Formats: sequence, structure tokens, C-alpha cells
Amino acid sequence: MNIRYAFKRSLPVMAGYLVLGMGFGILLEANGYGVWWAFCMSLFIYAGSMQYVAVDLLTGGASLLAAALMTLMVNARHLFYGISMIDRYKDTGAKKPYLIFALTDETYSLVCSGEVPEGVDKNRYFFLVSLLNQSYWIAGSVAGAFIGSLLTFNTSGIEFSMTALFIVVFVEQWKGTSNHLSSLIGVAASLVCLSIFGAERFLIPSMLAITTALMVLRKIPCTKQAEKGGDADE
Amino acid sequence: MNNLYSGLMVAVIAIVTLLLRALPFLFFGGKKKTPAFVQYLSKMLPYAIIGMLVVYCLRGVKVWSAPYGLPELLGTGTVVFLHLWKRNTLLSIALGTVVYMVSVQFVFSI
Repeated sequence: MNIRYAFKRSLPVMAGYLVLGMGFGILLEANGYGVWWAFCMSLFIYAGSMQYVAVDLLTGGASLLAAALMTLMVNARHLFYGISMIDRYKDTGAKKPYLIFALTDETYSLVCSGEVPEGVDKNRYFFLVSLLNQSYWIAGSVAGAFIGSLLTFNTSGIEFSMTALFIVVFVEQWKGTSNHLSSLIGVAASLVCLSIFGAERFLIPSMLAITTALMVLRKIPCTKQAEKGGDADE
Repeated sequence: MNNLYSGLMVAVIAIVTLLLRALPFLFFGGKKKTPAFVQYLSKMLPYAIIGMLVVYCLRGVKVWSAPYGLPELLGTGTVVFLHLWKRNTLLSIALGTVVYMVSVQFVFSI
């Protein structure tokens, strides 16, 4: 009963994770990192868009500090997920550490929505959904890296899959809220920093500029309502 | 790139990600209230950061020399158009990537 219910609820995530995971695996393999890297990254990091960015950081030879800051910014939204799951995960006992580790965007959307039907143990449901989702992600990325190593056609340009992923998320966010200030700040600040600091070192200045701009805007009353504008999802 | 550096980087990314996921439970697990600015930033940052990531992905595009960023423009246009039209994430990503790959490999491959 528990497993069947969790499996059914996780099906939409399965489709997405298998395909996006495969994209990640193929991209990783195209940059010279094989199946084992795909497996370890999906096992230990387990954060979709950040893993795509990680491929870029790895091949570009970024510093560890830059990687840490980038992770901080890209995954900052997880703070918000955590905050809203504190009560729900309160009595989960030994499963709690894994539940917290595995709280991705998609898992969050499954565990935060609605109540479980009668006869289904809530904590087991949380755990099973988290576990199933991560296995889809690992399976997808390992399969992708494996397929990537067999590909004989020209894969140049495959890196655009990452760009495409973020453009899709950008469009989704744009349509999901009426206040586009934050989206525009992100693009504008990055473009300004890109032209000042150049392609190799504009990230950290951009992150600082964005955070500063948002904190300054917070003091201006007209942006108050923006805080209520829908949840940003990945 | 050497394995030690790569391994360390994967570890750093994994640890920071885990910290972000665990911090709310460690700090606000009791009855303490989340600081307003943390709530504000975690709500607003995702929008700006995705904008930044799009710029990051396109940072290497050379607009002033051939092929003048046309493959990127075609790819981006395809993704935006498809996504506004069908709103199917996987379709938008797959077709956008194919359009880009075809344009760098065959159309603008001078």
C-alpha cells in the first residue's frame, strides 16, 4: 500500500528526472567525466540545475571558493523549502537526515502538497518518495553518461541543453508572477558585471550585486508586494 | 582536469548544498522565528539567480564576430517560443538543443 502509493505519486517526477538526468550524464561524459562521476555526483550532490552548473565549473577550472559561492546562490531557495518543512518532518525519527538531504524541488512539491490517504504511513511515504526520486535521478544520469560514451555522432553543441534548461525555468518564473523586478535585476546586474569584469570573473561580482540590489529594494515600499508573488520553482 | 581537484569540487558543492537544506532544521527547528530578511531573500533570489544563470550560460557568445551569436539566438528563440506555446519542459529543452547543435555543426560551421 505504502510503496504503491508513493510510486504512483512519484511517476511525474520519474519522467522528468530520467530525461534531465540523462541530459546531465551525456553532458558530463562529453566533457570527459565518465559513468562513475555521474553516479557519485547524483548520489552525493543530488541537485539538478547545480549539477549542470558543476559540469561547467569543473571543465572551466573554477576555484573551490567560486564553486561554494555559486552553490550558495543557485541553491539558496532550499533554505525556504527547509523552513516550510520543519513541522512536517518533525517526528520522522531516523529517516530525518535522509529526508533533509533529499529535499529537492520536485520532492518538495510531492511532500508539501496534500494529505496522504488513510492507511498510508506519512513518514514512510515521505521516505519512499524521496528515495524513489533520487533513484530515478541516479539511474537517468548514469544511463546518460553510458549512452554518451557510446555516441558516435558529433556532440558539439550539446552544452546548449544547460542553457535551454535555464531559459525554460526563466520563462516559467516569468509567467508565474506579475512582478518581474527580481528576474530583471538578475539579468541586468549580470550583464553589467560581465561587461566590466569579463566572462571569466563576473560571477562573484554579479552575486554580490544581485544580493545588494535586492536588499536595497527591500527598503522601498513598492516592492513589498513582490514578496508575495508566487513561489519560484526550479 | 585532475581527479583530486574534481573530487574536491564535487565535495564542496555537495557540502554547501546539504548545509542549505539542513540549516533551517538546525536553526529554526525550535519555536524561533525565521528572520524576515532570510525569508525575503529565499523568495526573491531564485528569480534573479536564474536570470544570472542564463547570462552565465551565454557568457562566451561573441556578438561582434562571425557567426555573431546567431546559433545562440536561434536556440534561445526556439526554446522561448516552444515553451510559451506548448509549455512542455522536456520538449523545449530537447528541440532547442537540437536546433542549436544543427546550427553550430552544419549551418554556421565555417
